[in-house]
Amino acid sequence: MKEIIVIIGGGIAGLEAASNLLKLGYSPIIIEKSDHLGGHVANWHKLFPDLTPAKDLVDELIASSKDANIFLNTEVSFINRLKDSYNIMLSNGISIITKYILMTTGFRLFEASKKEEYGYGIYNQVITNSDLEHWFNTGQDKRIDESPMNAIGFVHCVGSRDEKARNSQCSKVCCITAIKQAIELKEKFPDAQIYCFYMDLRLFGKKFEDFYTKAQRDHGIHFIRGRVSEVGENIEGKVIVKAEDTLAGKPIKVTLDLLVLMSGMVCNPDSSKTASMMALPIDSDGFLKSSDNVFRITASPKKGIFYAGACTGPKTVPETLAEARSAVLDIHSHITSQEK
Amino acid sequence: MIYQGKQKIWSDYQKEIPDDHWYYVRSCIRQNFFPASEKMFLEICRNVLGKDFHENEHHTTCGGIAYHCDTIPQETAMTIVARQFALMTEAGYENYVASCITSFGNYTEILETWHEFPELEAKIREMLWKSCRKEFNKPKYLAHSSDLIYKYRNEIAEKAKFHLINKETGEPLRVVEHIGCHYSKMFPSKGVGGAEYPYVLTGMVEAWGGNVIDYPERRHCCGYGFRQYHVKANRGYSLSNTHKKFESMAPYKPDMIITNCPGCPYFLDRWQYVIAEMEGKTYGENGCGIPVLTYEEVAGLVLGYDPWDLGLQLHQVAVEPLLDKIGIEYDLEDKYKGIDKKDLLKPELPTSIKCF
Repeated sequence: MKEIIVIIGGGIAGLEAASNLLKLGYSPIIIEKSDHLGGHVANWHKLFPDLTPAKDLVDELIASSKDANIFLNTEVSFINRLKDSYNIMLSNGISIITKYILMTTGFRLFEASKKEEYGYGIYNQVITNSDLEHWFNTGQDKRIDESPMNAIGFVHCVGSRDEKARNSQCSKVCCITAIKQAIELKEKFPDAQIYCFYMDLRLFGKKFEDFYTKAQRDHGIHFIRGRVSEVGENIEGKVIVKAEDTLAGKPIKVTLDLLVLMSGMVCNPDSSKTASMMALPIDSDGFLKSSDNVFRITASPKKGIFYAGACTGPKTVPETLAEARSAVLDIHSHITSQEK
Repeated sequence: MIYQGKQKIWSDYQKEIPDDHWYYVRSCIRQNFFPASEKMFLEICRNVLGKDFHENEHHTTCGGIAYHCDTIPQETAMTIVARQFALMTEAGYENYVASCITSFGNYTEILETWHEFPELEAKIREMLWKSCRKEFNKPKYLAHSSDLIYKYRNEIAEKAKFHLINKETGEPLRVVEHIGCHYSKMFPSKGVGGAEYPYVLTGMVEAWGGNVIDYPERRHCCGYGFRQYHVKANRGYSLSNTHKKFESMAPYKPDMIITNCPGCPYFLDRWQYVIAEMEGKTYGENGCGIPVLTYEEVAGLVLGYDPWDLGLQLHQVAVEPLLDKIGIEYDLEDKYKGIDKKDLLKPELPTSIKCF
């Protein structure tokens, strides 16, 4: 009989893991809370740095994992530890006994409305990175006027590296995502001035720095090092942004047609809930705590439980996919070592 | 603007305000700037609403201005505050309400500091005992007096003789609300509505029929800012801050400004004259300024008190256009008459800004 491996979370980590487990001859079962697979990436338009359509990636992952058992709209009700396995009761009434659980529960976007000074949910022309991707995909958002825009702003690190928001971690992807989205908006509105307000630009990945240079050189996007202090609205309904330009050493005020808040990655409360069923430790940043953050990042301290993707911290898409494959190899090694 | 978004934030920042039995401390400057405001607060609380508000002639300044101007150390300010608390304790009260925003901020900061550093509280208790032979309990509840009027806003509305409505058009008055910086910017959870979109004055305006204007420089300082004004060389900075606010609110054509700080109404009121002298520009209608009132003055007008008993003749900007809009009757002959119709003498009126 093929070994059953339960994957909790049907985002890109869960799908990539399922695909590779199938290739190795195992029987993965994906449990997904929402009504669709692909997680956050399924709602994204294009991926940096090559502007790859996110849909292509998700479609390919779904196709390669189609032979897995998949439960959509399903949550884990509880998990019981048996002698050498786990009994997982699902919200659809199905019970699964398995020796191996792969947590791919991902992250949650920071609620931008918590940064009250930025006016999300207060001012009509303030949206998030996720809202913008939705608009890129569907063209539907009442807050975005299709008529030509004169000025657009991006606020980096919304809820990231922010102790006041109780999230000290860097979300890793927001800098490059803001650059990508700024370029995409510039292509739609060539006459618009685009401003990116940043603390640091953390452009560590392959081609990221090139992408940043391209944004400045080819698209004329302005990068302003300084935090936005407050957002308001003028009588015409345009967004007024006050910030500090720390390189020029002076405060600035700009009037914008649209302000995009780069909401960061925070721990998924569903991860914590499921983790508590198995007494898995939570790290100081709220994400799941690996056995070791260098050598065994996909391993949990509990036997048979593994991690992949953003459930242990913010990660890019390539990192998430690589980690999913790594977790599959770890599970495979564990199973084969048990068989010997 | 999405009103429901603000409502959600307001629901997150509600503070517990007991209904009755308060120990009241006055501001050290408000009685000079707007002399009837504190009197009106006690009049409304005690005589209109029948609440128990106690005050003691032995209380002093809280030391806030000296503290914020760096002329006394924090321990001195703390000992002054400890003495105020001792007076409250001796009077048998445990709810403490301050008339001044800076005092409220000062009390809040000190209580939070003592919470974080109990050894400092112990030191201050010792200093108070050595200097005054007094002991104190910390207040169970701390409020600013605008919190109380906010709490009573609906009771005041029920007794209202006038509303913040233009009697000619039937439209709500357009009201700028300006919150003192020390109300909630330091400790957002201590103010009604938080720091970004405070509700304390908005709640009063809405309850009494007006509409609040959300303009770009709504959060900006009035221009007082202690060191901006008290250091003479910085006064141009004080004025430029006020100017920035008026330029920002002007397109919305406000009918009035309501404030809850001692300094804000003074500077928003007086600097309008200076701007008129310097630039020949006025922000109200027909050469007048925009009337600036304290929340107690607005409550008094709504309840039907005589404008001159509220001390509105001591404002730089003429309030008559506002009274006319609301439909409040007044006698210009009595404007500069005091108690028992004593003639206070009519001041010289400026020509740059229309006054009566």
